[in-house]
Amino acid sequence: MVEILFYIFAAVALGGAIGVVFQRNPVGSLLFMVATLASLAGIFVLFEAHFLAAIQIIVYAGAIMVLFLFVIMLLNLGHDYRKDLKMGLGMILAFAVTGGIAGILVRQLGGAGTSAVEQALPGPEAMDQLIQEQGIIGSIARPLFTDYVVAFELTGLLLLVALVGAIAIAKRRV
Amino acid sequence: MLAEALILSAILFVIGMLGVLVRRNVIIMFLCIELMLNAVNLSFVALSRFIGIEGQIYVFFVMTVAAAEAAVGLAIIISIFRHYETVDVNNFNLLKW
Repeated sequence: MVEILFYIFAAVALGGAIGVVFQRNPVGSLLFMVATLASLAGIFVLFEAHFLAAIQIIVYAGAIMVLFLFVIMLLNLGHDYRKDLKMGLGMILAFAVTGGIAGILVRQLGGAGTSAVEQALPGPEAMDQLIQEQGIIGSIARPLFTDYVVAFELTGLLLLVALVGAIAIAKRRV
Repeated sequence: MLAEALILSAILFVIGMLGVLVRRNVIIMFLCIELMLNAVNLSFVALSRFIGIEGQIYVFFVMTVAAAEAAVGLAIIISIFRHYETVDVNNFNLLKW
């Protein structure tokens, strides 16, 4: 059951990703991206990362994609159906480079066989036990507020800087 | 399921990179960068199932940085659009030789 769901989500994610790249209308491209993000959230659930699945939907598919949509509509690009793929040498070069990298990645990951990767790692039992003891949120919140608390506070500072910077850049006159 | 997830993540990353190289609309290029970030997030989550919770914490930070990056990047795109009246990268060629 889990495997079937994984393959369904993976197919939707791949289709969405291809749609993002080859859809001409920017709004359509964005909607394909939302489909990809939602199916990635589904895959997160299959890997027992429920909290991340929730913030993937809320933050990514909700907030960030709406921000993109606002900008596309603010700049009035919604009915820009002109072809905007690079053609000729650039296209060939792009496909050659990405094809090469795809080949290397799939060879590295798939060459060893499906089970060999999993056998090289400790099994999921430790994670199951952690979730059983502390709960889904607790198991991620405890290290976040103890071991990684400096990084967490710095992230807050980063968000403040990004907020001030975005307003300063986008304003007409500072 | 781990190896399949890692392969899916690799393919999504490569599709995102293809989008950055092939498209000319700067907003779609930006969207493809987000796609690459998500591909990396997927491999973090898949590996965290087998190794430990740290992978999920990294994903949390990646998402926050991606949100900050999207806000600043889109502000830059708006200010470029105000200057050039277009989002086609072929028009921003001051550094091109």
